[in-house]
Amino acid sequence: MLWDALPDALLLARIQFAFTVTFHFLFPAFTIGLASYLAVLEGLWLWTGRAAYLDLFRYWLKVFAVNFAMGVVSGIVLSYQFGTNWSVFADRTGPVLGPLMGYEVLTAFFLEAGFLGVMLFGLGRVGKGLHFAATSLVAIGTLISGFWILSANSWMQTPAGFTIGPDGRFLPADWWEIVFNPSFPFRYLHTITGAYLTTAMIVGAVGAFHILRDRANERARIMFSMAMWMAATVAPAQAVFGDMQGLWALHYQPQKVAAMEGHWETQRGAPLILFGLPDMEREETRMRVEIPYLGSLILRHSLDGEIRGLKDFPPDQRPTNVPLVFWSFRIMVGIGCLMIALGAVSLWLRFRGRLYDTPWFQRWAVAMAPSGLVAVTFGWITTEAGRQPFTVYGLMRTAESVSPIAAPAVAASLAAFVVVYFCVFGAGMWYLFRLLGKPPLPHEEGPRDDQPIRTAGITPAPSAQRPPARHPEPAE
Amino acid sequence: MSAETIATIWAFLIATAVFLYVCMDGFDLGVGILFPWIRGQEDRDVSVNTIAPVWDGNETWLVMGGAGLFAVFPLAYATIMPALYMPIILMLLALIFRGVSFEMRFRAETEGQRLAWDRAFSWGSYAATLCQGLALGAFVQGIEVEERAYAGGWWDWLTPFSCLTAAALVVGYGLLGACWLVWKTEGELQDQARGLARRLGVLTLLLIALVSAIMPFLQPEFRERWFAFPAILAALPVPVLVVFLGWRMFKALRETDGHPWRDGLPFLCALGLFFLAYTGLGISMWPMIVPPELTIWDAAAPRDSQLFLLVGAAVLIPIILAYTGYVYWLFRGKVKHGEGYH
Repeated sequence: MLWDALPDALLLARIQFAFTVTFHFLFPAFTIGLASYLAVLEGLWLWTGRAAYLDLFRYWLKVFAVNFAMGVVSGIVLSYQFGTNWSVFADRTGPVLGPLMGYEVLTAFFLEAGFLGVMLFGLGRVGKGLHFAATSLVAIGTLISGFWILSANSWMQTPAGFTIGPDGRFLPADWWEIVFNPSFPFRYLHTITGAYLTTAMIVGAVGAFHILRDRANERARIMFSMAMWMAATVAPAQAVFGDMQGLWALHYQPQKVAAMEGHWETQRGAPLILFGLPDMEREETRMRVEIPYLGSLILRHSLDGEIRGLKDFPPDQRPTNVPLVFWSFRIMVGIGCLMIALGAVSLWLRFRGRLYDTPWFQRWAVAMAPSGLVAVTFGWITTEAGRQPFTVYGLMRTAESVSPIAAPAVAASLAAFVVVYFCVFGAGMWYLFRLLGKPPLPHEEGPRDDQPIRTAGITPAPSAQRPPARHPEPAE
Repeated sequence: MSAETIATIWAFLIATAVFLYVCMDGFDLGVGILFPWIRGQEDRDVSVNTIAPVWDGNETWLVMGGAGLFAVFPLAYATIMPALYMPIILMLLALIFRGVSFEMRFRAETEGQRLAWDRAFSWGSYAATLCQGLALGAFVQGIEVEERAYAGGWWDWLTPFSCLTAAALVVGYGLLGACWLVWKTEGELQDQARGLARRLGVLTLLLIALVSAIMPFLQPEFRERWFAFPAILAALPVPVLVVFLGWRMFKALRETDGHPWRDGLPFLCALGLFFLAYTGLGISMWPMIVPPELTIWDAAAPRDSQLFLLVGAAVLIPIILAYTGYVYWLFRGKVKHGEGYH
């Protein structure tokens, strides 16, 4: 019975992993950027002494706390899912990938979790310098965490520095080559930059929203301005990193690039297909809108460069869902272009001195709020769906990676994940919207402990006792 | 160092990580387990605030256990996780509810919402603890392995013994939580925690005795370990120490002169009980990592993988323990009513 049901169990396990990892990554994509932004805000406050920066720090710290908690709990799921649903993969790749994850926990998770408490509850309990150190350590922790997980994921895309044992296990041969595998540096850069842009879009949208309601709100103007600088400088840089990553992928994973581009035939002077309907049955992309020669120019940096098409590869080596890869890629690139445009317009308006007084621009910025999250998600779908049908590219198939778990068990757990994630994280998002709907004000209440906070209908939340000698502020 | 030595060191390190998890998340899950008895909103806020700054770090030891097993004993990870599929997944879901409630209950805008998040926190704590207890019981009873893969069914984890360990863990974590509150709070809440700790303490000792009595009959290896002649001399101090620590804990719970050291003593005794139970388990299990099939050396990753991570662990674990200790020290002392956090 178990083995009869296995094809279904495989698909269910794939859906479950796709669902939990996609949901999870929404949180770190925002957290990575927000942690760095908080460190910058607190640093600016310490440097300039300007209270507005502290108010903004407190405003975003509350958002950070909710978001971080959701990221932690959805992340713990993943660290166990390799074993529960992909046990054969875990057994065979454990010797290579396990230590990378081990280092992620040791160098990043403990650091973040340990100092998060100080960051959230330590204002007024430790000195300013030490609190800033805690904030910075949390921010650094998020970057280190990204380092290891991107290294592990990149190794699955471009495996290097290993041998294969007689029992089929991947055995480490050179750790340097494993950690800094060929695709890792660009993919890391691309991911972190994507996270920064995600945060910039959200911060910019919140700033714009409150400017639309009250043009004089200084704090809203500061956050809007900072976010627009980010968009103007980092969005174009991201296009360059993306291009570099495309060139890398063409070298190591030509099938994936062919699927992204919608090319079935190998050709010189290939066009750039803007839109079309990739048809896996007929092995062609129908209803193409294309620009001649541009495909070769972008990928080969020459007008008659050769680009291999999908038909060049045996069907069992091609991505299993070409339209998904094709469309996800276009959504990501399209949003990237909108971000670049937003940044460029912001520079022009800033130059004209009308950055805060152009309602249509503020409305555009508000509409861009989820754009980073959407782009990051579809970027990941492009790269992960494009890696199919393999887990370790070219070496281990997804179908041979799965656990021997009966389909009903996987189906039940998948249903439970869907229900719980939508309820819990839906509620979390709702609270985030409520927090962000309030304008940033002078003397922003943060998670601080020097005064009780009373909101209508809610009893005040108490805090830990402070050692009186070091903290002369008046008690309650 | 030989591969065997490194694997042995890692077995101790992973066991330590799991034990630290049990202690640290044990008391904060325990606070959730006590929620049905902590009725007042203010008392609940104080209870949550005793653990709010540290729960996230506590739970990281669970991730360390999972990732560590994946890294250095991948075969154990690849067989235990599918075998315990249901309890593990349910535990993860329960931890989601519980983890987000820390923030959500302070963001709630009506009493109804607040109550709902209190329930999520408490029920999540119960469910996570029950699942951990079920997983523990099923794990000790043995996991069927064939050709490097789990060979049992997906309900194998549900047995009378695993239900017993699940109940025992709920009571045990409840005791840790109650003793933690005795240490970190004052006034009525502390008195109430004392009463709960006394009752849970009695139950914990009974359940430890019951589980210990059944353990030797689960696997022949366990029986030999405990009843073979020279071994019994080494194993004998464990039950004796359990009795001593239990006695010391009850004594400390009766002494209410408010001396700060005295308030912390029941918690230390409860941790001691957990340590002894855990040691007893270790004595039974050694050197199996997936009983009864696989030893730690069968399941070990190649030497290169173990060594690569061991170098980092040797440097990083002391640093982690140092700053974790610092954070606990920073948030030392009693937590009071009426001071605002959020």
